[in-house]
Amino acid sequence: MAAVSGLVRRPLGEVTVRDAINQGMDEELERDEKVFLLGEEVAQYDGAYKVSRGLWKKYGDKRIIDTPISEMGFAGIAVGAAMAGLRPICEFMTFNFSMQAIDQVINSAAKTYYMSGGLQSVPIVFRGPNGASAGVAAQHSQCFAAWYGHCPGLKVVSPWNSEDAKGLIKSAIRDNNPVVVLENELMYGVPFEFPPEAQSKDFLIPIGKAKIERQGTHITVVSHSRPVGHCLEAAAVLSKEGVECEVINMRTIRPMDMETIEASVMKTNHLVTVEGGWPQFGVGAEICARIMEGISKKLVLEYSQAVVNIMYLNTYSIKRLKARSVWHFSSRKYFKSKSRKSCVQFPGCSCCSCHWC
Amino acid sequence: MAVAIAAGRVWRPNRGLSQQQQFSSLDDKPQFPGASAEFIDKLEFIQPNVISGIPIYRVMDRQGQIINPSEDPHLPKEKVLKLYKSMTLLNTMDRILYESQRQGRISFYMTNYGEEGTHVGSAAALDNTDLVFGQYREAGVLMYRDYPLELFMAQCYGNISDLGKGRQMPVHYGCKERHFVTISSPLATQIPQAVGAAYAAKRANANRVVICYFGEGAASEGDAHAGFNFAATLECPIIFFCRNNGYAISTPTSEQYRGDGIAARGPGYGIMSIRVDGNDVFAVYNATKEARRRAVAENQPFLIESTPNLPPDPHSREPHTDLGIGHHSTSDDSSAYRSVDEVNYWDKQDHPISRLRHYLLSQGWWDEEQEKAWRKQSRKKVMEAFEQAERKPKPNPNLLFSDVYQEMPAQLRKQQESLARHLQTYGEHYPLEHFDK
Repeated sequence: MAAVSGLVRRPLGEVTVRDAINQGMDEELERDEKVFLLGEEVAQYDGAYKVSRGLWKKYGDKRIIDTPISEMGFAGIAVGAAMAGLRPICEFMTFNFSMQAIDQVINSAAKTYYMSGGLQSVPIVFRGPNGASAGVAAQHSQCFAAWYGHCPGLKVVSPWNSEDAKGLIKSAIRDNNPVVVLENELMYGVPFEFPPEAQSKDFLIPIGKAKIERQGTHITVVSHSRPVGHCLEAAAVLSKEGVECEVINMRTIRPMDMETIEASVMKTNHLVTVEGGWPQFGVGAEICARIMEGISKKLVLEYSQAVVNIMYLNTYSIKRLKARSVWHFSSRKYFKSKSRKSCVQFPGCSCCSCHWC
Repeated sequence: MAVAIAAGRVWRPNRGLSQQQQFSSLDDKPQFPGASAEFIDKLEFIQPNVISGIPIYRVMDRQGQIINPSEDPHLPKEKVLKLYKSMTLLNTMDRILYESQRQGRISFYMTNYGEEGTHVGSAAALDNTDLVFGQYREAGVLMYRDYPLELFMAQCYGNISDLGKGRQMPVHYGCKERHFVTISSPLATQIPQAVGAAYAAKRANANRVVICYFGEGAASEGDAHAGFNFAATLECPIIFFCRNNGYAISTPTSEQYRGDGIAARGPGYGIMSIRVDGNDVFAVYNATKEARRRAVAENQPFLIESTPNLPPDPHSREPHTDLGIGHHSTSDDSSAYRSVDEVNYWDKQDHPISRLRHYLLSQGWWDEEQEKAWRKQSRKKVMEAFEQAERKPKPNPNLLFSDVYQEMPAQLRKQQESLARHLQTYGEHYPLEHFDK
């Protein structure tokens, strides 16, 4: 694979997220000549974050296209190309800049198949880094999972590790619907063990299926993208204290895999959602709402006390909330009669005063 | 039909053209909306003129000699020395902060190499109260307006002295006192905003102009188109200043546009336009001064394209000469897309600082001794500010929550309190010693 020839030699089987995405795109470009990549700096510069390294050299100007600086312009061009039968991968330097193009993504890419009565499909992939990076300030740090996850017509995926990245980008490219792939800049350089099946050119991860990264019995922790790593770290710390977390990597934001989450919560009776986006109207808020509207009736009465939705700070804040949540579950058996301050948001809940929910 | 139009109907062309057309009832004059045009009976497409495009206005030649004496701005010695010192101090600060990023002391930096003349020349032609909307490479404007080194450094380090409370990436300066709107990262968003501000200035009869800087790459954004069009239709006192340095990260102008640069777009919008030599601080000064005078007097926009500024340099990792020229930012290595020959040409031929120095020398206002002394002094000033900035702590974590709104909502206050409690228990896991208590 010529695109991968620039790889630093790593321990056998280890691939960085960047190289996984690169491999995925390379394989799909090779497989189908209708696939092409466009965006700012993707060609000769190898990509602003070097994700498309080697691709321009291998495929040339026709397939890897540098555009002038206009997100609304090149997103529109990509949508038009998709409508005419090509399969574009439209890269945003970060998803923060996709706001310049959001009309093209939502009003054109997402809604067209429906509004044309099924006549006009838009097989397009929008990809790029999403969420916080290091010290790049508010305009480079927003997580768009909730924004794009809100809209019918779009599929939205959010890979965490290399396996996710490769499997999901390939599925996204092969999918005939518009797919938004939310990567993470800080994950690009992180190496992961690449399972043997991931090395296949037909390795696909189904869109709409979450993965249980770690089995557990006491509490369900649901996350996507980089925070999944933090959840696993927190789980390791809590395990030493006898709390076993079940960590779910969502992988897909829309359509959300509620079955996996519900099955897990039925088992553990506790849920913490962790994300890089803001809490109000966020991914976690949606998960909590669906749990409350769905299976909550099958669970223990004081269920609402244990449903906590936090915006991630770091591993230690995750640990603190999980620990408190577990403590309250067990303490409820012994301190039922003790009156505590009632929560404004969840009347009847007197779990804690953290107010994160 | 033109014949049906009664005699005496006068069609007044768009402001900016001074003719007034009277049609007799026998005239077959075309009624083209918004412009004045003649009929033609030969099929001919207008050729975009890129071979001999809009000429580049300059005042000094490469040796700093005034070419046409009637264009000499005759600036007094103190002003020219201020121009020179602002440019060189900026250059010195750039080199030290670039190195500090390379050493991991600050997270990011953008140099202004080669563009010192455009910043300082244009700033010198404005009133101090004229509002500035920049893109991210206009630190020289602030330098000319005497923004202290301490505050430049404070912003880059995000320390407690930073007026922006450490919330921005480095080089995203903002200063209300000096009428410099805080830099915003997304490209070209400042263009329609600047037009709006200019409209407000017109409404207030403020005798104030707004200047809006952007690069030739950002001019590809849709916001630029909207901004230009609105400035013309709303008749706003604004100067659009395009810094064309040939590259947008690695994208050369040949891939950015196919027309005759940005200046050629102005007339398409009905905007008075000019192209100036970015290495000639007097040319920049003259053009900006005249644009300012007329923008305010006539309430109309002006477009100045400065080119060629020095493009990024693959060799800025080498020990600097005082003609150092830089990459797009510290996230960039331009050796991938710039040839060595191209850079050497610029390096040896021309630079705004050296041109002005030649002028100063020929006027007898500067000499080698003063140059040496000033280099030492400016470096010392920068190093002192740098060392101080390094030592200062970062802002208190409480400031994460303020200024989201004018008044802090209850929910944010609760989060602020929650963080405070969290830090009480888990503070040892955070680098609190670097932050203000």
